[in-house]
Amino acid sequence: MAYSEKVIDHYNNPRNVGSLDKGAEDVGTGLVGAPACGDVMKLQIKVSADGIIQDAKFKTFGCGSAIASSSLATEWIKGKSIDQAETIKNTEIAQHLALPPVKIHCSVLAEDAIKAAIADYRAKAGAKPKAAE
Amino acid sequence: MTTQARVANTTEKSDAAPGRNRPTRPIYLDYQATTPMDPRVLETMIPYFTEKFGNPHSRSHTYGWEAEEAVEKARAQVAHIIGADEREVIFTSGATESNNLALKGVAHFYKDRKNHLVTLVTEHKCVLDSMRHLEEEGFQVTYLPVKQDGLVDLAELEAAITDKTVIVSIMAVNNEIGVIQPLAEIGKLCRKKGVFFHTDCAQAVGKIPLDVEAMNIDLMSISGHKIYGPKGIGALYVRRKPRIRLQALITGGGQERGMRSGTLPTPLCVGLGEACEIAEREMPEESKRLTKLRDRFYNAIKAKLPEVYLNGSLEHRIPGNLNLSFAYVEGESLILGINDLSVSSGSACTSASLEPSYVLRALGVDEAMAHTSLRIGFGRFTTEDEVDRAVQDIVEHVTKLREMSPLWEMFQDGVDIKSIQWAAH
Repeated sequence: MAYSEKVIDHYNNPRNVGSLDKGAEDVGTGLVGAPACGDVMKLQIKVSADGIIQDAKFKTFGCGSAIASSSLATEWIKGKSIDQAETIKNTEIAQHLALPPVKIHCSVLAEDAIKAAIADYRAKAGAKPKAAE
Repeated sequence: MTTQARVANTTEKSDAAPGRNRPTRPIYLDYQATTPMDPRVLETMIPYFTEKFGNPHSRSHTYGWEAEEAVEKARAQVAHIIGADEREVIFTSGATESNNLALKGVAHFYKDRKNHLVTLVTEHKCVLDSMRHLEEEGFQVTYLPVKQDGLVDLAELEAAITDKTVIVSIMAVNNEIGVIQPLAEIGKLCRKKGVFFHTDCAQAVGKIPLDVEAMNIDLMSISGHKIYGPKGIGALYVRRKPRIRLQALITGGGQERGMRSGTLPTPLCVGLGEACEIAEREMPEESKRLTKLRDRFYNAIKAKLPEVYLNGSLEHRIPGNLNLSFAYVEGESLILGINDLSVSSGSACTSASLEPSYVLRALGVDEAMAHTSLRIGFGRFTTEDEVDRAVQDIVEHVTKLREMSPLWEMFQDGVDIKSIQWAAH
């Protein structure tokens, strides 16, 4: 399988590998995929009070395209508002990385990971006022 | 070479794919996929491309006679390594054709009396696919499971054989996990039950001692390119006493005792013969050398990396194969990292698909673990230095990828990965 240069670059120099404190209130965590399917992505965001993604981290079990898709996703969402980040489409990721058809599901997983992290953050933020009551 | 240097090298040209345009060739550790030709084999072949180009079936002149003599010498060399008579060896285009011919040929010839075949779920695709075709024609096929070590359960095999069974087909050595099936026991059982025993020996010839008499083998498939011979040639052993009949797949001039028509490719036959002779002569020493290299590799990996699992029996295994699961690291990403090594994940035939290996699944290796496996094959030209470099490269990249793996993180934190509700996708 010939990978594109961009995939190779992200694979060799992955951006934002690591973990944030998943218990923190301003951190949203998305865990998508399944080990049995050969790919699992964990994507985390740290969101400021005004809804801007200040930091993003990922860890991925998967092929080079899965690693590159999640690495690129963290790069793109950093500095964006969560509403903007939510609009990122898998097709943009696939196009940017020149993923072959058999690897499109990697970009789908990256989009899912962003959405899952945002949903987790929103659930926490929504739960917070209730807890204070 | 550092990772950075390799990247620079592979990305210099836009069409540069990993493995191309690099000054040094990767270390070849995929000897179950194919082998380079031994230069000694090539040397014996060359005259038969040029001055000794005759058709071995030409009866009326020197060109034909000398080609025929060469082909018959090769046939005897092939027969010798398996303890057969040269009249029992027919040349084919390779083990895939031999397997097709053995199974379809026997099934078709005896179809009025018997209609059942028995094989293993871990056989090579060409055996399984021949079986599927026979099923479509109305034959019954039993696909036996294997034990966790990859070996056949002889009691299950015995129970599967009925009075309608015409043939049992069980490979000698598995192409993915290198395990050796108990051929002598299988042969004895088949003989007792009055069914033919075919064995795909593509991965076994020249690696383990084979004797068609002692093992009661009735049909055996042989490949040239797995034993440092040329691609495009193989052989099928067909027992004469008691005589095994089969219906030809390729008809024509009636060459190869009517079982396989077509002009024999003299240079390829010569190459296969020479490859067999060299393999037979050097097998005892080479087995020792490869066992030493394999152990050196495996022990170093185990010493440097936790959570590495061997798939298939170590005891009943050819010395040149390891199949290892590097838990929590996906195989394809590992192969991308270790691009100075040529290894395969799963089987070369199936690694284009995203499914984990059906052979590993048959051993009961769970899907997640099957995704982390590499097949590492050592062979005649593997050196100690290559083994050491391979260990270093694999350790470096497994460590790096584990740091990047959410599953490794969970494992470190004591989370049971199987307890998580994963969404299938």
